[in-house]
Amino acid sequence: MSILVDKNTKVITQGITGATGLFHAQGARAYNTLMVGGVTPGKGGTVIDGFPVYDTVEQAVLATGATASVIYVPPIGAADAIIEAVDAGIELICCITEGVPVLDMVKVKHYMQGKKCRLIGPNCPGIITPGACKIGIMPAYIHKPGPVGIVSRSGTLTYEAVWQLTTRGIGQSTCVGIGGDPVNGTSFTDCLELFEKDPQTEAVIMIGEIGGNAEEEAARFVRDQMTKPVAAFIAGRTAPPGKRMGHAGAIISGGKGTAAEKVAVLEACGISVAASPAEMAEALLRIYQPAGLNQALGY
Amino acid sequence: MNIHEYQAKEILRKYGVSVPDGHVAYNSAIARDWAKRLGDGPWVVKAQIHAGGRGKGGGVKLARTPDEVRNIAREMIGMTLITHQTGPEGKLVKRVLIEKGCNIARELYISLVVDRNTSKVTIMASTEGGMDIEEVAERSPEKILREAIDPLIGLAPSQCRKLAFKLGLQGKQVGQAVTLLQGLYQAFIGSDCSQLEINPLVVTGEGELMALDAKFNFDDNALFRHRLIRDMRDYDEEDPNEIEASQYELSYISLEGNIGCLVNGAGLAMATMDIIKHCGGEPANFLDVGGGATIERVTEAFKLILSDHKVKGILVNIFGGIMKCDVIATGVIEAAKQVGLKVPLVVRLEGTNVEKGKQMLAESGLNIVAADSMADGAEKIVRAVSDLG
Repeated sequence: MSILVDKNTKVITQGITGATGLFHAQGARAYNTLMVGGVTPGKGGTVIDGFPVYDTVEQAVLATGATASVIYVPPIGAADAIIEAVDAGIELICCITEGVPVLDMVKVKHYMQGKKCRLIGPNCPGIITPGACKIGIMPAYIHKPGPVGIVSRSGTLTYEAVWQLTTRGIGQSTCVGIGGDPVNGTSFTDCLELFEKDPQTEAVIMIGEIGGNAEEEAARFVRDQMTKPVAAFIAGRTAPPGKRMGHAGAIISGGKGTAAEKVAVLEACGISVAASPAEMAEALLRIYQPAGLNQALGY
Repeated sequence: MNIHEYQAKEILRKYGVSVPDGHVAYNSAIARDWAKRLGDGPWVVKAQIHAGGRGKGGGVKLARTPDEVRNIAREMIGMTLITHQTGPEGKLVKRVLIEKGCNIARELYISLVVDRNTSKVTIMASTEGGMDIEEVAERSPEKILREAIDPLIGLAPSQCRKLAFKLGLQGKQVGQAVTLLQGLYQAFIGSDCSQLEINPLVVTGEGELMALDAKFNFDDNALFRHRLIRDMRDYDEEDPNEIEASQYELSYISLEGNIGCLVNGAGLAMATMDIIKHCGGEPANFLDVGGGATIERVTEAFKLILSDHKVKGILVNIFGGIMKCDVIATGVIEAAKQVGLKVPLVVRLEGTNVEKGKQMLAESGLNIVAADSMADGAEKIVRAVSDLG
């Protein structure tokens, strides 16, 4: 088991004929993900490196039975690509695109209300269930199937957490990058809820950053609704106020959204918070003992 | 991206939001001319810098005659204005706004932001105009009124009236408020703002509503569709290194410390700053080279760090996903050769093509310390820099 994606998930790539789209579709296929085709308007009917190309998502879904889509469309067309996937009945949309205007996402979010469809991202690395399904841009080799769920606002920091676990012999159930933008499809709380219900997941690492209050909201969910142990790290303790730290959502404004504030709330809710990004795995192991992990590892 | 107050008011005029008559001036003679052309005084001379708190710092002054406008403008242009938002070094004033003064009966507060929790544009209003809204939120949160705006319907007149009555507006002011608030919403949507703040919105002695100050923040991701706004960018208001970085699509912010960082990914870049601090050092910058960086971009990023004279050591921390480690290695070697590497350099590489990248650095002949992990890298660079004294 895992959350959201598994070895049977059929995936199409929106923007498959672009260099990035094709490169990562190939990477996902090499990981044995069911990459069943792609969409580029005007190139329908062609085949690119074995991937059938369709003009519209609707055609692609009819032809392949895909239920998931990954979007590598440039920012100017990303919101439209999401809407097209929603309309075609895709159940899981993963938007990798960085730099989507916030007001476009406001409209998309409104449009998706009440529809049976989940969006991950935008501006995210994607989602991976190790050994089963990789949708996105994360390096495959660092992952290992296992019991720990990861949810993160940052791409590379997710890899860091995964690697810390894998090098200690601990695998991951599913890793979800929810993206660094202020308006996104899936929240920390959404993922925590799924991890709580997933029998394979025994513990969770949550990686947040400065800005907004999604981490605090998630912490209250952990306190009130979760039985599984949760560790966390909050990036940006040293970030100055008023400066956007790369991610559109990572900004301390009006004295709110600081790392210190978040850490205090997280700890009060029983989450084990790593003091440094190098200690994410340790923070988890303080409160969680993976079954079958060799005692010789020292835990 | 931010703009000046006079530019903000130009945008507001276009959307039918009432603002005082005024004009920008770059020298004192022109300032005097504009005062005369605007009609009878008094006038207000306002220093145009991208920072709040100008009034307290001496950047907003009242003038009773055109000559006084000239004298004030002469003093202001060229002065370094220090406010609580500029930092101790202050900001050089290069232009002033000459505006007709008005009688202020009441000061209100209005702003629009994208609320992350509801994923909707939200309008906030308060009777406590002229004050820092953060202060109001801290002391009397019940005084902040909020209306979430449906993206399909837009800001409904009924929502505007609701706010207007709660703000204690009366008679024709209510109708004016509807026009003004809807204008603000259109300006927000039409120019892809991330924040739009009117503080204060005043009720004049004559009972008219008017936006006395205006502050726009734009969504950088949407600037591609707003050429007129891009043209308003004032490079003098920005850190030269940050401008240089933005030309190469690098995300760079200069900080106070002496350890330069080159990282891929915003989260990891922030975390790298954090771990340097955790190990007792101080980061000199935030620098995210991004996922799809080319050799050229990495080279420029490295040069940018080296051009900062505060930098006494550099930590490169890469976890390659899309980013290939050999590309980073090539860029680092290239830049070090071009600029000359005179400070300690610690490199931590992990991810795609890591072996190739490590090998290239080892064979480069450069004095590079390799690190096995993020913690190892941070400890090594902090030690190297402190050894230098």
